[in-house]
Amino acid sequence: MAQMTYRDALKKALHDAMSEDEDVFVIGEEVGRYGGAYGVTKGLIDEFGPERLRDTPISEPAIVGTAVGAAMAGMRPVAELMYVDFIGMTMDQLCNQAAKIRYMFGGQIGVPMVLRTQGGTGRSAGAQHSQSLEAWVMHTPGLRLVMPGTVYDAYHLLRQALRQPDPVVFIEHKALYAMSEEVDLDVPPPDWGKAVVRRSGADLVIVTYSRQVHHALQAAEALAGQGVEATVIDLRTLNPLDFETIRQAVEPIGRVMVVSEGPLTAGVAAELSARITEECFDFLHDPVIRVAGEDVPISVSVALEAASVPSADLVAETARKMLA
Amino acid sequence: MGERDPKTTEGSNTDLVGLYSQMRRVRTFEERVGELFVRGLSAGSMLHLSIGEESAAVGVCAAMKDGDTFTTHHRGHGIFLARGADPERMMAEIAGKQTGYCHGKGGSMHIADMGLGHLGANAIVGGGIPAVVGAALVAQQRKTGAVSVAFFGDGAMQQGILYESMNMAALWNLPAVFVCINNQYGMGTRIDQATRATALHERAIAFGLNGETVDGLDVIAVRDAAQRIVDAARGGTPGFLAIDCYRFFGHARKDKSPYRDADEEEEGRRKDPVAFARAALVEAGHDEAELDAIDAAAVAEMDATIDFADRSEEPPLSSMFRDVFAVGEPEPEPLADRIDRVLARD
Ligand SMILES: Cc1ncc(C[n+]2csc(CCOP(=O)(O)OP(=O)(O)O)c2C)c(N)n1
Ligand SMILES: [Mg+2]
Repeated sequence: MAQMTYRDALKKALHDAMSEDEDVFVIGEEVGRYGGAYGVTKGLIDEFGPERLRDTPISEPAIVGTAVGAAMAGMRPVAELMYVDFIGMTMDQLCNQAAKIRYMFGGQIGVPMVLRTQGGTGRSAGAQHSQSLEAWVMHTPGLRLVMPGTVYDAYHLLRQALRQPDPVVFIEHKALYAMSEEVDLDVPPPDWGKAVVRRSGADLVIVTYSRQVHHALQAAEALAGQGVEATVIDLRTLNPLDFETIRQAVEPIGRVMVVSEGPLTAGVAAELSARITEECFDFLHDPVIRVAGEDVPISVSVALEAASVPSADLVAETARKMLA
Repeated sequence: MGERDPKTTEGSNTDLVGLYSQMRRVRTFEERVGELFVRGLSAGSMLHLSIGEESAAVGVCAAMKDGDTFTTHHRGHGIFLARGADPERMMAEIAGKQTGYCHGKGGSMHIADMGLGHLGANAIVGGGIPAVVGAALVAQQRKTGAVSVAFFGDGAMQQGILYESMNMAALWNLPAVFVCINNQYGMGTRIDQATRATALHERAIAFGLNGETVDGLDVIAVRDAAQRIVDAARGGTPGFLAIDCYRFFGHARKDKSPYRDADEEEEGRRKDPVAFARAALVEAGHDEAELDAIDAAAVAEMDATIDFADRSEEPPLSSMFRDVFAVGEPEPEPLADRIDRVLARD
């Protein structure tokens, strides 16, 4: 067991993957000399050199497109986008190229790249640096989507992502980098694509991922003090989506809340809610309740920013209303 | 470039006094932004100071007219001030307060004021550039006589959208101006680590725009170059101006620039347009007391901005739902209301 931060777990995953596989390299803005805007790649250039920590100009479409080409040509690029908000600039390379190449070309070739980026609120960074855009990715066939919420998962999901045959979008949460947890990375990880039940309780199922896992667990603690026991599922990967774990938790309980930081409308929570409603309809006592970001851009104002996304309090309060 | 004698050039000393005083206001404002952050009163740490770049903001804005429009990058406080912004409302915005230009929604990186032609600062590198093409297109079609100016950093020189924008501006003879404030760095990347084509204006010339590079040490030289470029754009030949300067401090408030050595920083900070202008004024016969009074006025003005920001209210939570769409359109339903409505069904 060792105490480790989410940031250091990500760095170790890159380090270990690069040590084991010569084909793995990192490409992006400030990933080398600077060590990454959030410090994830700090120091790696000293060990692996500037070819494998390739600093780029500020040219996001070409960064992602270069990774696509390098993956097709046989290497395993990790392209870094400093903020998920910049994914809009790269949408063609990601969604029209990376996501579709295997299919369009009749299965001749895949694009085994990882696009690492980070999103979410927590720094008063405003409307263009605080978004949760995972729904844009999840909506595109051909892309895997990973959103680690724990230190252990930051390490193992990145290692697993780097073994996938297809493009993986790996979205970290900016508010988690400094989070430190006691981890034993030698414990073998769950299979790729499996969700994990973080807490079991008989009254309510909370399905979530990324930073909201912590809000859900805090809420569950608070609720436990009031006699309400919640199950908390951490999805870990949104594509593949482990619906079986959700089903097994939902069917005996029949009450579900889905929590996501992204905007409510047509978001990840909407998809999960629809799927649960379709597949577990006969078991539900109540509608599936979505707790998600408000349908508004994120403000710089500290107060507005905090109020526009789910908090532990909101999750707990909603649970109490559901069980009232 | 840079080594001009202020006594023998066309910029009169009166002009230089005005330009100096504007540059001093910008510098003092930025120093107060740094203080706002240190005192924990700013909304976050993503604050990008334009210290060392004052001549770019002040020199180019001196060549603009009422009715002209502009966009800026994330390091745009100085430009906005030089176009006439109220520093108190700016500081309040940087603190995320209701009294700020955007009521706390935009902050330092997304500040705007349509009244002053500020179509918006931008946190996406290159994101504000094409809007200038659109504004210039409207100015041309409506024959308003206005120009539209995009301000951006050297980092944006490697964004494709700049070339799409310049190409269209040239193709259609638009009154558009592209101003690259080349402070040598995009975060930790020096310009020569981002491109081999460091004669930046040549790229614009290749697309059929006027293009110049000017040393930002001398605000008069910047203003004169900007005047040429802006006047030609008003006449239908869009232009590009690169202004060489040095980013005196870190990229944002938390960056200590470990990627630059102390010698380089010392050398870079010697390219100080404010000190240069002051020395030129002294040499031209202005006495120190007069210049000290200008400095003191800037200090008094900018000190007040922190108090104003600190005293101002946070935006009300209900404002979160305002301005997603136009006034009069339905606002998004708050999450809590929806949940209550859904759960109240049975
Ligand atoms: C599209 C995009 N890519 C990356 C960033 C992160 N970023 C913010 S400022 C910056 C450097 C910009 O350098 P430059 O254009 O020279 O402006 P300066 O900061 O020097 O004023 C970077 C990489 C961003 N905000 N937007
Ligand atoms: Mg720069």
